[in-house]
Amino acid sequence: MEADFQVIDNYLMVKMPAEIDHHQSGAISRKADSFLLRDSIQGIVFDFEDTKFMDSSGVGIIMGRYKKISCLGGRIFAIHADRQIRRILYISGLSKIVEIME
Amino acid sequence: MKQEEKKISRGYDNELRMEFDAVSCNESFARMAVSAFIAPLNPTMEEMADVKTAVSEAVTNAIIHGYGNVQGYIPGHMQCPREISVGKVRMYCRIEGDVLAVEIEDDGQGIDNVEQALEPLFTTKPELERSGMGFAFMEAFMDDLQILSAPGRGCKIVMEKKLGSMPWLEEDE
Repeated sequence: MEADFQVIDNYLMVKMPAEIDHHQSGAISRKADSFLLRDSIQGIVFDFEDTKFMDSSGVGIIMGRYKKISCLGGRIFAIHADRQIRRILYISGLSKIVEIME
Repeated sequence: MKQEEKKISRGYDNELRMEFDAVSCNESFARMAVSAFIAPLNPTMEEMADVKTAVSEAVTNAIIHGYGNVQGYIPGHMQCPREISVGKVRMYCRIEGDVLAVEIEDDGQGIDNVEQALEPLFTTKPELERSGMGFAFMEAFMDDLQILSAPGRGCKIVMEKKLGSMPWLEEDE
């Protein structure tokens, strides 16, 4: 399953795949960046509804996007993150820059 | 002899040894294999996720940093990236009682400074958006982590974790 991208009201919604590891992380980052360049994106919402697994490659995706969007005042959100993904966001310190929502 | 009997009565001892190409599609294969291997121990969901994450980190390290295969690649499905260095990752898992030991070994370039590599957020490949959290996750999710490596001489990660840490669920003997 691949990540799905949609722009809704200047927010980029990224529906994350079932498994996020190094194998797919590059493609997700590149695709997200193409949206950031093309549209005037104010924020990115990562939707983890279908995600069963994520490792530090997912942290890299979020960190990289944060670096690009934060200098334009954009924000990053995470929705539908299960317990394990929350743990990863907390341990990596990403919870300080990502707004984790239900 | 007596000791042997005791060991068997403790239940489930098992070993798994495998070797695979250092390409990114094998990252999910490696963690699936480990999760299937430990399934008979009835680990909790959290333990299962912890082991999968730690194995994924170690295998990804071997592939990206050991052999420098930074591109996502499935043999036969995608155009082969220009530089794929041929190498193998070896994985060895052992269950003794309720303790899982995992060793992940490569013959890649090794680590110059292990202490530095262990620092959270330190990465030698920031341009690839590696987060530098790999070893931090291995440490956080497993009970024990050892790194045996020298420049040019590959790397061996040894991790241990006690599984099924819910004794009230155990049957009476």
